[in-house]
Amino acid sequence: MSNDIASARKIERRTFLKGAGAATITALTIGFELSGPRRAQALAAAAPGNSPPFAPNAFVRIGADNSITIIAKHIEMGQGSYTGLATILADELDADWAQVRVESAPADATRYANLVFGKLQGTGGSSSIANSWPQLRDAGAKARAMLLTAAASEWHVPVGELTVDKSVISHAASKRQATFGSLVKKAAALPVPDTVRLKDPKDFKLIGGRPPRVDVAAKCDGTAQFTIDVEMPGMLVALLKRSPLFGGKVKSFDGAAAMQVPGVVKIVQVPGGVAVVAKSFWAAKQGRDALKVDWDDSSAEKRSSAAMMDEYRRLADQPALPARKEGDAKKAIGDAARKISAGYEFPYLAHAPMEPLAAVVKLDAKTCEIWTGDQFQTMDQMNAAHAAGLDPGQVSIHTLYAGGSFGRRANTISDYVVEAVSIAKAFGADGTPIKLQWTREDDIRGGLYRPMYFHKLEAGLNAQNELVGWHHVIVGQSIMAGTIFAAGMKDGIDSTSVEGAANIAYAIPNIAVDLSTAKAGVPVLWWRVVGSSHTTFAVEAFIDEVAHAAGADPYTFRRKLLEHEPRMKAVLELAADKAGWTSGPLPKGRGRGIAVCEAFNSFVAQVAEVSVDDAGRVKVDRVVCAVDCGTAVNPDIIKAQMEGGIGFGLGAALYGAITLKDGRVEQSNFNDYRVLRMNEAPKVEVYIVPSTEKPTGVGEPGVAPVGPAVANAVFAATGKRVYAFPFVKNEIARS
Amino acid sequence: MSTTFFLNGQSTALDADPNMPLLWAIREVAGLHGTKFGCGMAMCGACTVHLDGQPIRSCVMTLSSVAGRHITTIEGLQSKQAKAVQAAWIDLQVPQCGYCQSGQIMAATALLEKNSAPSDADIDGAMSGNICRCATYPRIRAAIHAAAQSAKA
Repeated sequence: MSNDIASARKIERRTFLKGAGAATITALTIGFELSGPRRAQALAAAAPGNSPPFAPNAFVRIGADNSITIIAKHIEMGQGSYTGLATILADELDADWAQVRVESAPADATRYANLVFGKLQGTGGSSSIANSWPQLRDAGAKARAMLLTAAASEWHVPVGELTVDKSVISHAASKRQATFGSLVKKAAALPVPDTVRLKDPKDFKLIGGRPPRVDVAAKCDGTAQFTIDVEMPGMLVALLKRSPLFGGKVKSFDGAAAMQVPGVVKIVQVPGGVAVVAKSFWAAKQGRDALKVDWDDSSAEKRSSAAMMDEYRRLADQPALPARKEGDAKKAIGDAARKISAGYEFPYLAHAPMEPLAAVVKLDAKTCEIWTGDQFQTMDQMNAAHAAGLDPGQVSIHTLYAGGSFGRRANTISDYVVEAVSIAKAFGADGTPIKLQWTREDDIRGGLYRPMYFHKLEAGLNAQNELVGWHHVIVGQSIMAGTIFAAGMKDGIDSTSVEGAANIAYAIPNIAVDLSTAKAGVPVLWWRVVGSSHTTFAVEAFIDEVAHAAGADPYTFRRKLLEHEPRMKAVLELAADKAGWTSGPLPKGRGRGIAVCEAFNSFVAQVAEVSVDDAGRVKVDRVVCAVDCGTAVNPDIIKAQMEGGIGFGLGAALYGAITLKDGRVEQSNFNDYRVLRMNEAPKVEVYIVPSTEKPTGVGEPGVAPVGPAVANAVFAATGKRVYAFPFVKNEIARS
Repeated sequence: MSTTFFLNGQSTALDADPNMPLLWAIREVAGLHGTKFGCGMAMCGACTVHLDGQPIRSCVMTLSSVAGRHITTIEGLQSKQAKAVQAAWIDLQVPQCGYCQSGQIMAATALLEKNSAPSDADIDGAMSGNICRCATYPRIRAAIHAAAQSAKA
């Protein structure tokens, strides 16, 4: 009997991997306790087509073929969400991981809202696992309970005598077994229980283990489907020519030369520019190159980023809005035995996901169907409906794998989705599928950047070298102002501008954190780890400078100020311990730096080891990372997110900057918007703090500490501080 | 106009603009989607394929320039080294978003086909043209070392 199950599983797995149709799977859907005529009956009943799947809730569907389909309300953009979400549900269900597959949820905020966002469906803020944890445990446990009830009633035995393992329910006393698939018809007829008991964490089988990622195999043989890979009969490809200045508008255009390019079908003007619609990418690209557009720049942003930074520096000395105020920081610093001050410059940053943005739209008079790596379904549905002149309910979205995002796809104006819909509408809304494809240049110059910021910090030490006052002023554009999220701003403070600064955990008796929100015509957006992408640098580089001024070791100085913050202190200690912090200084030309942060309710500390050569070139040799993200749903994916976050943050710290000259973006591709490459990637070690707390974010927090850890290591190696990003702007020759 | 070359071992005639970059000929004319567009100027490696066994960036190579030559894409990988690379990639769970990974696997396979035991410096040399924005670099490095071992066995 057990052999039957084993061989059945083998076939299931093979057919699952092949994505084969129902026919071959029929034979597997047997109740193993049956034989003879009853077995044949069961076979017939279990055959797909005869029995609809068991779908007790919006998140799981179990087929008579034993397939377990878990519906992901969050996009898979590399962060491992499909695997993590499926792991939570499958564990409570006691499912066989080999039978689990994941499909993306449709756009439907009533069923698939991100519970952190309220009524919006979307992914962001490192919240996928955190918000889904209770929801998917409940969904899995209820499905399991119904299958158990079905088996108990079938066998006339008490539910309490049944056990479940790998999608098979067993009754030991009568030696009966049944697969989930064989029970779907019966289970589907049962009421969904109101409440259900969740597993004791000690009984988790998949959570905390290493179930392989559901997306990895297809990503190793070229079969994973991204938006660029969508093809359908009659589909056309569009490229859009946009204003070289932010805020520029089309005055007039001449499409005659573009229309001469073989394969170009139509030139259409849309609110975002002029689009060339063609039979292939290559034709559309050549057509766009030949297209002449005259722009109206009267309301465009024409300043240079250097001039804007000068203005930010001036604003830092002007009155600003308080984001946090405890005690009297000004007085404490004024009265201090020693005063330390510093200013830090942060540039605009592009997200530059590997997959250039793209969306396929099929629009007719009554429906709009969208295929894209969609991160913000509800927003995109509303904006697409508005652009199409339809109701949101007439817009459907197929969420595909996204080739990275780092925040770029979750934007409140749905820029590239609206462009694609507008093009389809201007084309005639005749049902022709149109794929809008961005190039890398479109991406680097396309705006929605991490805002540029200036930070000014002052601190005071008393005669005992204790930190008695801290004053932090942040100047930059608001991400939330003017968007649907503006309602969440309190007293003029955009929390995404000050997170990581206003909530610093260090015990300082007098703290003031102020925000001065600057205005600019450059569209901005959250970028992986959002506010902490700059605030953690300012805080952690400056506290290092304060520690040095106090004559203290930067690790022990921080640790002392975190006595009342056990989780933050614990990651700091773990990183320092694993990095050998107390083992003494590194040889000449090398240095070690430390930084710690809390972001998206997780705690991360990192120790960086760097080498600086005589020309001042910085090489990061090793980064040791400790993370406390509550229950580790999939430790290997958590490690991968820390490794990736470190590489992403490091590339930006060392090389990343978008600069404007008279309003024009000076970078265009990976030649001048440098990102981290293999030869620059450090060794990374990740240590996860064991925890039974609720799981918290891992996609973003790993990005924040690496910049300051490296800057502090550069100081240890050279005696020179870094005050402006990227590092390549600084002169770091070893003294 | 038609250009004839060997695509994954098969003689293939593609009727397309001879100046079309090979990348788009592979993707849109031949219909093989594993090879990806990332930058269009040979800066990122997402479009890496093998030309007569050597890794090249198909986004800057014209279709006409490969006439009569052998092109291998991710769909056509066959060698012992390629299989070892793909197995190591799965074993070490390398991909995150996955978009660059076809190019990474093509570059890693080409490396192992000419160097059965690459050092870290060899890996830096062969792989630094392939960007991964998810920064899966530590796992790519480990997977190449693991694949080198298993391909030898």
